[in-house]
Amino acid sequence: MLTLPIYLDNNATTPLDPRVLEAMMPYMTNMFGNAASRNHAFGWQAEEAVDYAREQIAALINCSPKEIIFTSGATESDNLALKGVFEMYASKGNHIITVTTEHKAVLDPCKHIEKMGGKVTYLKVDEKGLINLKELEEAITDKTILISVMYANNEIGVIQPIREISAIAKKRGILFFTDATQAVGKISVDVEADGIDLMAFSAHKMYGPKGVGALYVRRKNPRVKVTAQMDGGGHERGMRSGTLNVPGIVGLGKAAEVAKQDMEADSKRISAMRDRLERELTTIEESYVNGSTEHRLPHVSNISFKYVEGEGLMMGVKDLAVSSGSACTSASLEPSYVLKALGLSDDLAHSSLRFGLSRFTTEEEIDFAIDHVKEAVAKLRELSPLWEMFKEGIDLNSIEWAEH
Amino acid sequence: MAYSDKVIDHYTNPRNVGTLDKAKKNVGTGLVGAPECGDVMRLQIEVDENQIITDARFKTFGCGSAIASSSLATEWLKGKTVDEALAIDNMAIVEELALPPVKIHCSVLAEDAIKTAINDYRVKNGLPELEMPKSHH
Repeated sequence: MLTLPIYLDNNATTPLDPRVLEAMMPYMTNMFGNAASRNHAFGWQAEEAVDYAREQIAALINCSPKEIIFTSGATESDNLALKGVFEMYASKGNHIITVTTEHKAVLDPCKHIEKMGGKVTYLKVDEKGLINLKELEEAITDKTILISVMYANNEIGVIQPIREISAIAKKRGILFFTDATQAVGKISVDVEADGIDLMAFSAHKMYGPKGVGALYVRRKNPRVKVTAQMDGGGHERGMRSGTLNVPGIVGLGKAAEVAKQDMEADSKRISAMRDRLERELTTIEESYVNGSTEHRLPHVSNISFKYVEGEGLMMGVKDLAVSSGSACTSASLEPSYVLKALGLSDDLAHSSLRFGLSRFTTEEEIDFAIDHVKEAVAKLRELSPLWEMFKEGIDLNSIEWAEH
Repeated sequence: MAYSDKVIDHYTNPRNVGTLDKAKKNVGTGLVGAPECGDVMRLQIEVDENQIITDARFKTFGCGSAIASSSLATEWLKGKTVDEALAIDNMAIVEELALPPVKIHCSVLAEDAIKTAINDYRVKNGLPELEMPKSHH
């Protein structure tokens, strides 16, 4: 039984796992206490639930429960890590190193830090989407306090060499922060083995609820501190005030537990489906996979179908929920900066679709998606003057396009 | 943002897709836009001896609104005289297709394509080139 439309936009958000919802329900109903209420059963019950969630999360990423700071999501975690470190370590230096392909939730706080007098270096990536470790080393100055590199990219799924990066940071006595929003719960992320000092992640990318996330802050070797960006009642060891979102946190905890338990099997099954989807769709003439296929999340595929515009294509695959790097689908009306950072020409960036599978994706849905995309690409190419020129052997670069 | 039914209709059943022989003297071709901007429109008109547009064809690389705007333009062009065609205004396309503000650009592109095709026809037939309108973008 195929239910349409099919959801293949799991990098944007994932559905709530029924097991997670079930765990959350009591805290949405009769167990409504404030985890900070120290003197009655309602408060204790809530606090206990939050502590348990900390343990579930700690087990997933291999840290101590005390190292988890709950936030409203990865954007807040990113802001807290970047601005919090910048303020806390101001006496040590004011220089941060990050990457051009980071999520806006990292890039924009970096812009903010530059306005506050900080210095930020934005490393470029190669055509696979990976940073160059030598360039990273060369970017370090005696004022560098933080290296911020995402674990895996949200548009192309490319995984950065995290252990090599953290080794460089450690050697130079610099903190290493990673936005692991797309990676946690999907692949094995271990803050000890990976040498991570701070890490942002979010519940809704791992089959948990929206509006809740966490920041991992290392307590030993080294002891990391961040300046609070939200002041108030001194919750979360003073690093993030605000009444804890108990049902959300319970959901994040359960999502982490389920991820730990199912990750291996999920990943095997999902990557096999992703590979099949990609294999089939790249049989389409003039289609290109964007980013590294070797260092990549198991559930993501980003493909450009040349001579077809992405938003037009999304409309053509109306029974699929996917996203595109096309300018027409973005608020800025610019094509994807991530794809452009790989060195993709604008026209290829405009022609991209991102597929993100989930643990709920079925083989049947992939069959449908393959046929649906093939049909839509063929139909739109019939309408495309660029396709016609390409077929006639005209070099599109030789044409003087009218400015508009 | 959902598309209007008319945009969906033109996108799903585009009118007058195709190519006219651009070498012919009575065929005018307008190619506007650029691949790196994410939209390229090609509009062609065939004109008879009475200055009536007897055929119009389009091909578009672009979003649903761009495809719909050019498909609608070909419908409007057929049967009009060249002078009448010159009067087609992008805002009429916006209105007909109920395009949201962010998609007005697609209608402007269609208007530019019409005017460029007419100019191409005029120049081929020894008429002076018309001033292109001040771009609205």
